[in-house]
This record gives sequence, structure tokens and C-alpha cells, in this order.
Amino acid sequence: MGMISEIIPTFARRPLVGYGWVALATVVTGILGFGVWVHHMFATGLPQMSMAFFSVASLTIVFPSAVAVFSWIATIWHGRPVWRTPMLFAAGFIILFVIGGVSGVVTAAIPYDWQVTDSYFVVAHLHYVLVGINVFPVMAAFYYWLPKMTGRMMNETLGKWNFWVMFIGFNLGFFPMHIAGILGMPRRIYTYPAGLGWDTVNLITSIGAWIFAAGVLIFVVNFFWSMRFGAPAGDNPWDAGTLEWSTSSPPPEYNFAVIPTIRSRLPLWEGRVMEGQTNPDARSAIWQGPALADGREAVGISPLDADPMAVLRMPKDSLAPLLLALSLTGVFYGMVTGIYLMALLFGICVLLCLVGWLWPASPGRAEDEV
Amino acid sequence: MTSATVDVRELPIQGKGRSDPGWWAMVWTIATEAMLFAFLLFSFYYIGSMARSAWPPSGPLSLKLSLPNTIILIVSSIFMWLAERGIERGSHTQLRAFLAITFLLGLAFAIIQGFEWRAQPFRPTTGVFGSLFYTITGFHGAHVIVGLIMNLFVQMRAWFGGFTRERHLAVTNAAMYWHFVDVVWLFVFISLYISPRVAY
Repeated sequence: MGMISEIIPTFARRPLVGYGWVALATVVTGILGFGVWVHHMFATGLPQMSMAFFSVASLTIVFPSAVAVFSWIATIWHGRPVWRTPMLFAAGFIILFVIGGVSGVVTAAIPYDWQVTDSYFVVAHLHYVLVGINVFPVMAAFYYWLPKMTGRMMNETLGKWNFWVMFIGFNLGFFPMHIAGILGMPRRIYTYPAGLGWDTVNLITSIGAWIFAAGVLIFVVNFFWSMRFGAPAGDNPWDAGTLEWSTSSPPPEYNFAVIPTIRSRLPLWEGRVMEGQTNPDARSAIWQGPALADGREAVGISPLDADPMAVLRMPKDSLAPLLLALSLTGVFYGMVTGIYLMALLFGICVLLCLVGWLWPASPGRAEDEV
Repeated sequence: MTSATVDVRELPIQGKGRSDPGWWAMVWTIATEAMLFAFLLFSFYYIGSMARSAWPPSGPLSLKLSLPNTIILIVSSIFMWLAERGIERGSHTQLRAFLAITFLLGLAFAIIQGFEWRAQPFRPTTGVFGSLFYTITGFHGAHVIVGLIMNLFVQMRAWFGGFTRERHLAVTNAAMYWHFVDVVWLFVFISLYISPRVAY
């Protein structure tokens, strides 16, 4: 969700609609995701209470997901989309997210789940989730950020073929599995007698799987071809608005000598793509800001608004962590081998190392701040 | 977002109080440790609610040692608070003295807890109640020992480490941790010793 929320605005040529809501939805989805795992085991004979809780938690995921989906759609709707390869994968992802999401909502409801448990419907759903919702965004991210990492563009023609072949192959391969499941085909079988009515859907699935594999092959070819022959990317090949595109591709070491002064979420778009940023004083200054003692210091900031609150000293070179690790090894060696005196002595060493490590350096202000 | 440019020269080094990462580190440590005890007590109540026979199987636990011990721990928390108040007023004597009293009370708690373990009619392997009892009080005991080690470290720094009225985060953190250990004990005590008397 995070990668998609970065990629879509760049190609829709406008900031993300409802940025705060999407950020919140992403966090909420992550938290709720910890409380849904029993939905894999609804048919194993669990107490009613536990099933009710996890069913509700699984259904609740709908709300943050819908917030994000409608924000992405609205961003494209109100933007002037440029259909390059990363955007194709991102938009394709939205469609697969909705399909995989809908089959997820219905299986979160226990009566429906019991109907389709251990059938190919579940196989279809989980592939829409794992491939559609995970692999497609990663493909979008590859096409989007690989030029920043390698300095070379991926081939656009191959990229478009890559997307369409994968997208068509994926849906041809996995969508009929929903139907196969509803027709009663169980999962985890490698063959079945003819005449059960599953022949046609499985034939379509097989064809789709081969097409999908061909799509993945196109990606592999494109990857190696672009590594060698790709056009130079330049700093900002997509004319994106975020900070990573202000440095060269691939980024040099020590690329920001100062902490950039940032006034908006899309500093490279200020005064151009984003409107209402006419006042030069209100703009970001990427190459101006505090430099803090050659990376030995950093700025501590407030958790939500990133207001500078303190200068933090970074740890200096020290033997204490190594000695601590060695002493801990001694403790556990003593415990495992039953030489408890050894464990005790090394335990004292652990405490001494901790004291040495945590003892404060002489207080005072560094002289070399700018 | 900030409206005005901030001069880094005006910022405090390492922060102060709640702008110090060390303060946050202790808050998050306590939060994760609290999760551990939440899960342990949840399993205690969950299994207790499923029990078909008497819970605990050997009858309600004796309060003879545990109730005075609980009071000792609460009093130690008060002295820890006084120690922190001491350094906030700039009194090193008050800090050192009350830290020492806290340490002794905490040590007394740990020793009495050892007798309490011996006095039980069940062992960790006797049954599910014994297993829960020793796991939960054992984890709490380990936290008490860590708190005592923190106390010693802070005591060392109180003599040699140059705490000041403004800069004494180690005291604040050790105190925060000690109060946490104390509050967790109240939950453990009410769950293991009191709740079976009320509910069954």
C-alpha cells in the first residue's frame, strides 16, 4: 500500500488524494492484520467466541482498504495520468486488490467460508492476495525505482508487454479457479476423473498459467537487457516529486551533506505541479540545512510533526558491545554445559560491560556543529 | 510542520525529559513487557475459566507471606518516588539514601518471594496451576532482579556519575521501571491470590 501510494501520484501528476487518510488506513490495516490469523482455521472446530472475534476482525479490514482504494482511484480520476509501465502495474494492482478483497470479505463470513473451505475458491482468493496484491505492486516498484538504483531505465516496450501478458495471464489462470471451487473442486488434488464438469475451467487455468509464466519471463529478459543496454536514467526520469529523485542515479555515497529543509511532501513539485506554492520562502531548500558533525550527530524530532527537539549524539566506536557479546556467549556456554560457576562469572562480566557501555561520556557541547 | 527555521545551536544535546530518546526507549520497553504480562495473565484467566474442578486445585493461596510482601513492594515504590524527588530538588543525599532504602525493600521482597515459593504445596510440574503460578511469579521475579540491578547502577552514578537537577534521566528511567514492576505485581497478586477467592 505504501509503494502504491508513492507511485500513483507521480504518474497521475497530482498529490495523493486524502494523504492523511491513506497513511492512517495503511497503519490500521497493518495493526488489524495481526488479529485475523484464525480465519485460516474456521473449519477446524474452534470455540464460537474465537471464531466470532476473528471473523469480525477480518471483516473490519474492509474499511481501511476501501479508504485506500477510493483515494487511489480519486487520485487517478482527478489527475492527468501518464500510462508508463509502473503506473500500469499500479492500476492493475487496484483491480486485483478489489477482486482479492471481495473474495476475502465473503470468506471472512464463517457460513460462506464453510461452504468453500478446502475448495479451489480459496486457492483463487489466496493467489489474488499473494500475487495480485503483493507481486504486482513489487513489479510496479521494480520498474519505478530500479532506474534510481542502477542508473538505467527498464525498456518501456518490453515493460508494457510485461504488464499486459502478466495481467491477462494472471486473470485467465486464477479467476476460473473461483468457478472451479464453487463447482466443488477440492484443493490439493493433482488429478480427477473426467466428467465432473471441471475440465473446461481447468483448461483455461492451464492456458492462463503458461501466459503468466511468459509474462514473468519477459520481466527477467527486460531486467538483464536493461542492466546492459538500458538508457541512462538521469536524476528524475519520471519527474517525480519526492526527495529520492533529487539526487543522481544511482545515488552517490554521502549524498546529502546537510539535512534538507523540507516544507511539503513533494518538494520537487513545489511551484510547478502543485499549485499555490508561489511564495519562495515557503518552499523547500533541499541543499540547505543543518550539517551535524560529519554524521556523528543527528536531529531528534517530535513523533508526529517532525519538529526538531534535540541534537542526538551518535555512539562512538567502542569495544563494549563486542565484550558484552563475548561475555553473553560465556554465560550461555556455562549454562548449556552445566558449569554454573562459569555462567555466574561471565554474568558478572555482562553487568560490568553494561555499566561501561551505559556510563555517560563527559557532558558538554560539541564544538563542530554548524 | 515547522513554520520558522530552527537554529540547531539552540537545541538541547540528547534532549531533555520527553524529548530524550532514552525516555522513549524505557516507555517502549515497559509497553512490550506489559504485553508479556498481559498474555501471561490472559492465559491464567482463560485456563481458570475452563477449570472443571477446584481452582487452584490445592485451595486458595495463603496470604500470610504474600500480603505483607505486597505492602513491602508498594512502600518501596514510594521511596523510589522520593529518591527521584530528591534529585529534582538537587539533593544528592536524598537520592542516595532513598535509592538504598528502595533497594533493600526490593531485595526483601525477592527473598520473601523465595520463601513463598517454598511454602507452596505444588511444584511447576504438579499441574497447570503450578505451571502458571511459577511462570508468572518467576517472570515477575526476574523483572524485580533487573530492577534491583538498575537501582545499583543508578546508585553508582549517584555517587560518581554527576547527576544534576536537570540531567538525571537514568533516575527517571529506573524509577519508571520500578513503578512498572510494582504495578505488575498488583495485577499478579490480585489475579493469582485474590481472584480465585472471589470467583469460586
